[in-house]
Amino acid sequence: MNAKLNKSHYGYLFIAPFFISFGIFGLIPILYTLYLSFMKWDGFSDPVYVGFANYSRLLHDSFFYQTIGNTLIIWIMSIIPQLVLALVLALILNEKFIRGKHFFRAIYFFPHIVTPVTLAVLFFLMFDWQTGTVNKILMSIGMVEDPINWFNSPMWSRIIVATVICWQYFGFNMIVFIAGLQSVPNEVFEAAEVDGATKWQTITRITLPMLRPVFLFTFITSVIGGLQLFDSALMLGDGPGNTTRTMVMYLYQTAFKTFDYSYGAAVAYGIFIVVMIFTAFTARLTMKKE
Amino acid sequence: MHKQNFSKIIIYCFLIVVALMCLVPFYSMFITSTHTNSDIARKLLLLPGDQFFENYNRLIGTVNIWRGFINTTFITVTATVLNVYFAALAGYGFSKYHFRFKNVLFLFVLGTMMIPGQLGIIGFYRLMETFHMLDTYWPLILPAISNAFGIFLMRQFADSSVPMEVIESARMDGYGEIQLFNRIVLPMMSPAIATLGIFAFIGKWNDFLTPLIVLFDNDKQTLPVMIASVKSQFSSDFGAQYVGIVISVVPILIFFSFMSKRIISGVAAGAVKG
Repeated sequence: MNAKLNKSHYGYLFIAPFFISFGIFGLIPILYTLYLSFMKWDGFSDPVYVGFANYSRLLHDSFFYQTIGNTLIIWIMSIIPQLVLALVLALILNEKFIRGKHFFRAIYFFPHIVTPVTLAVLFFLMFDWQTGTVNKILMSIGMVEDPINWFNSPMWSRIIVATVICWQYFGFNMIVFIAGLQSVPNEVFEAAEVDGATKWQTITRITLPMLRPVFLFTFITSVIGGLQLFDSALMLGDGPGNTTRTMVMYLYQTAFKTFDYSYGAAVAYGIFIVVMIFTAFTARLTMKKE
Repeated sequence: MHKQNFSKIIIYCFLIVVALMCLVPFYSMFITSTHTNSDIARKLLLLPGDQFFENYNRLIGTVNIWRGFINTTFITVTATVLNVYFAALAGYGFSKYHFRFKNVLFLFVLGTMMIPGQLGIIGFYRLMETFHMLDTYWPLILPAISNAFGIFLMRQFADSSVPMEVIESARMDGYGEIQLFNRIVLPMMSPAIATLGIFAFIGKWNDFLTPLIVLFDNDKQTLPVMIASVKSQFSSDFGAQYVGIVISVVPILIFFSFMSKRIISGVAAGAVKG
């Protein structure tokens, strides 16, 4: 008994590296950022305490509000087609009669493992209005007369950013949904077939309700991920009138381009609050429907 | 029967159209990288040309992209090994040992997953400056030790697939606790290690913000940051830009074509647990 008790201390030893590493590289930076957000500091002279000055500046910063709006719009434009496409493909590829399942799954998944920066540069080049492939194709099939200047239009710029993200994530979500579908026991479907349910009835009455938890989980986690959009958006630029500048891009530019670390710290906490609000809001909305 | 065949054809057409949407941008990338800038500007290019090495030489003359490749590989492999080992260690610790505050501590671990990654980035930069770790790989590698998702995954696996009897009998045989973990438990956890390894590898390979702010020396830079700098340095040299992205895609393509079954089933396994 005594020996067993002693052994239990090894539990602390085994979990200690996590807490040490998280403390140093996670928690201290977060607290230090909080401290900086109450300071005035340019990176060279000593920080000066300024109270809530950075936060009141943030509350009146129309650029910040614009980035919240941009991020939300781009997120909504990418999440809806992304989840619909993922769901439809998952339902199709879960059917027994489809051949080449693995082949299709692998192709749809592939864009997910390519670096987001690379994908965004690729799209940037393809949509370049003078040299890009997209305009060349549209003109050669006669859909447009003159090349479209995509990145001059706020709407098109946002659609392109959303397309990159949608294109990158639908395959991943599809794999998640297929995994969810395969965890439904086969007997359920067999029973439905015996009872004479049509394909459509099986999908709407059995498959979709069973997939609901997985779907909601994906949706809620995508709020956290989607609102932190950075890599691919940065590559596609601020857009006309800053219409594709996301919240994290604004944080990066404030802190590491204009070197206003203390205001950047307030922006970081502003983003944190926005993300928390929208996560809670989405979680509540989906719970309510339950 | 006739109607059924018809709907099958529609479904296959849909699958093929989506597959083409995934592949055409990559095809266009390969094709365009083999033409001169003036052809890229004037024509719709559908077939390969012979200018790849011209474009390649202009690119390589300014940006040492293979160096970025080696750097990223080194960082990713090291970080993935740390990530997986310490996640397995902590997951096993939470699963098989009974200690005070265990549940509270585990909830804390899960709670850290909710924190957006950029929240502490400014403090992180400052702290690395104080530690004299800027422009080194330490800030990119060491934080891999604390991966909450990995601990969650490993605990689940240890709960279900590492029987207490095996641990007890190893103790009878005189194994110390750490030795027991390294020699007996770790090999038993290899399916979960493969799953987590894939997640960790992809995540680290694509990491962009942290290397962008902590590394200054061009020769130390990672591949994603190099691609970003190719875009700004070669803003009017489209051929060179296309070659840059070809180089960053091809190794992933080769890796994926050999490992796709394993990667996809790993992602599916991780998703069900998550």
